[in-house]
Amino acid sequence: MTKVKSLADLKKMKEELQAKIEVREKGEVSENLVQIKVAMATCGIAAGAKPIMEFLIDELDKRGINAVVTQTGCMGYCYAEPTIEVKLPGKDPVIFGYVDKKKADEIIEKYIKNGELVDGIIPTNYETIDNK
Amino acid sequence: MAKYKMHILVCGGTGCRASSSDAIVEKFKSELAANNLENDVQVIMTGCFGFCEKGPIVKVLPDNTFYTQVKPEDAAEIVKEHVIKGRKVNRLLYLDPAKKEHVSDSKHMGFYRKQIRIALRNCGFINPENIDEYIARDGYQAIGKVLTEFDPQQTIDIIKKSGLRGRGGGGFPTGLKWEIASKNKADQKYVVCNADEGDPGAFMDRSVLEGDPHSVLEAMSICGYCIGASKGLIYIRAEYPLAIKRLKVAIAQAREYGLLGNDIMGTGFSFDVELRYGAGAFVCGEETALIHSMEGLRGEPTNKPPFPAESGYMGKPTNVNNVETFANVCPIILKGADWYSSIGTEKSKGTKVFALAGKINNVGLIEVPMGITLREVIFEIGGGIKNGKKFKAVQTGGPSGGCLTEKHLDIPIDFDNLIAAGSMMGSGGMIVMDEDDCMVSVAKFYLDFTVEESCGKCAPCRIGNKRLYELLDKITKGEGTMDDLDRLRNLSKVIKDTALCGLGQTSPNPVLSTLDNFYDEYLAHVQDKKCPAGKCKALMKYVIDPEACVGCTACARNCPVNAISGERKKPHSINTAICIKCGACIEKCKFDAISIK
Repeated sequence: MTKVKSLADLKKMKEELQAKIEVREKGEVSENLVQIKVAMATCGIAAGAKPIMEFLIDELDKRGINAVVTQTGCMGYCYAEPTIEVKLPGKDPVIFGYVDKKKADEIIEKYIKNGELVDGIIPTNYETIDNK
Repeated sequence: MAKYKMHILVCGGTGCRASSSDAIVEKFKSELAANNLENDVQVIMTGCFGFCEKGPIVKVLPDNTFYTQVKPEDAAEIVKEHVIKGRKVNRLLYLDPAKKEHVSDSKHMGFYRKQIRIALRNCGFINPENIDEYIARDGYQAIGKVLTEFDPQQTIDIIKKSGLRGRGGGGFPTGLKWEIASKNKADQKYVVCNADEGDPGAFMDRSVLEGDPHSVLEAMSICGYCIGASKGLIYIRAEYPLAIKRLKVAIAQAREYGLLGNDIMGTGFSFDVELRYGAGAFVCGEETALIHSMEGLRGEPTNKPPFPAESGYMGKPTNVNNVETFANVCPIILKGADWYSSIGTEKSKGTKVFALAGKINNVGLIEVPMGITLREVIFEIGGGIKNGKKFKAVQTGGPSGGCLTEKHLDIPIDFDNLIAAGSMMGSGGMIVMDEDDCMVSVAKFYLDFTVEESCGKCAPCRIGNKRLYELLDKITKGEGTMDDLDRLRNLSKVIKDTALCGLGQTSPNPVLSTLDNFYDEYLAHVQDKKCPAGKCKALMKYVIDPEACVGCTACARNCPVNAISGERKKPHSINTAICIKCGACIEKCKFDAISIK
């Protein structure tokens, strides 16, 4: 990996990376690219997020769904761990709580395949600094 | 892709469920079916919206319409008006209390502005093990800006102007701390990040390190630039293996990118970070004890002055800040001091992360602007008390803090108001208690913790806290006297005045605040020999009601110490001399014949 040699370097890198992530977010790379983030802080892992992440990766692969599954930190909903955020192309992200394998399966079959929502959505209720 | 055109979300949080949100879901489903819309509109139940005060909540997508206090009988109107005709049902919309206007789109509701994520901005958004995602979200732009546009003093001035105060508990102005360290001349200086999070129930520092480690590394390098240090040390407890792993990954990636190390971004500034592990002693969160622990000495505090800013790690000027404090630094640099100081109260700027725990529905991490009230935090964001019980107290500030009650619910939370109310901000743990919690036992719990964690160096803390614990223990056993209550108060004051470090000076706070706010409960223990919450075992007696007992023998068979006797089909009785008050009999009794007196 190239080193960041100056602030200009870093700014250029940021533009590129941001563009890459935005493309990923808007789903322009592929019509069907689904993005899933699994909350993997200590609270999530203790509640069983690891097997859920593996289950999601395996099952999405088996069922032929083009998806990116990444880990992230604590979303703050520790009472509802494991929590995952699913972003379908062109849609706002949706957070699901209390995800066990059965729920994960339901999310894949209903939400990811058909766009049907399933019970157990966690409404987000905060502002980020981007819109402040 | 989606076959449903519209979604109706009904809150399934505990509060809304209690006001019949299940029935609302059913009603919506039947109304939709009656209009042949069941394949176009989907009804689902969600987690808590955190707006329980105005529940039950119904939200309609895609237009984000937010209905409050919906009753099952309103479903028909919403379906007929909103779903079919596309007209919002005004009377059910949220009424903005300030403007007296109905708000139709939840994005414009004041409630959704209650939480602002600054320190937690990347937690739950980026992959913490991938530096690219951090850079894509303005990562390392702040250190870049500082190195190319500002000199150290200008940077310190920005932090000073922002009003940022230390988030570890003390609330000392961060910019001033940096300035003092920058003025002391030395060949080597150090930046230390205090990640020795020790308050029971607080886990925000761990979450920041696990979710956004680079933000701390970047802020430490900014601090290094300001005070003239080229070395950073993170003192982290070995009990946080995941945070350690992610920090190591982050440090390695930052070095690889040249964002830590020599000549960062070609500016000639060099800074690197190393980890130091703590064994989890509470006192090592105190900065002088922390420094000694890092030097390989016993984790004991020393008198200040000299402050670490003059003589800290290895005798060199050292600046110690908490994880959450560092997590606030980069947004301040990028968005400006004025932006930051526009949030919060007059003397406490910005936001604070709180870890909600205890008898509260939405246990979790929240970040709110300073000045929010406890009521908003507990009843709106936190979703209220579990199982519909009554709120009794909230403990803030950990073992150094105090218990706040009903009468404190509406004071704006900031550093100074919490101290005035007899508690403190601490690192931001909030443990919520309900009517089943005994306040004497709560004070005893914290004293047990401080006795365990006292380093033993000074007598007031080592001996005094032990005596406080013994007095509390005596009271919970029903052996306390009125003299003991006076003794508790006097001893607490002596310890506060004479202990060496912050741990000892604040350790009697849980005793003093419960004495002030729950004196009745102490009196009940001492005079009536009763525990109103039914928690203190020594003050309880299990009794079988002979009228209700049918003699099924279920209790006798399950009693682990054979304290229950009686003939089959005849009322049983409990031998209170043997009874260990485990409660097994109550659980087994199908006739509610056993009670605690």
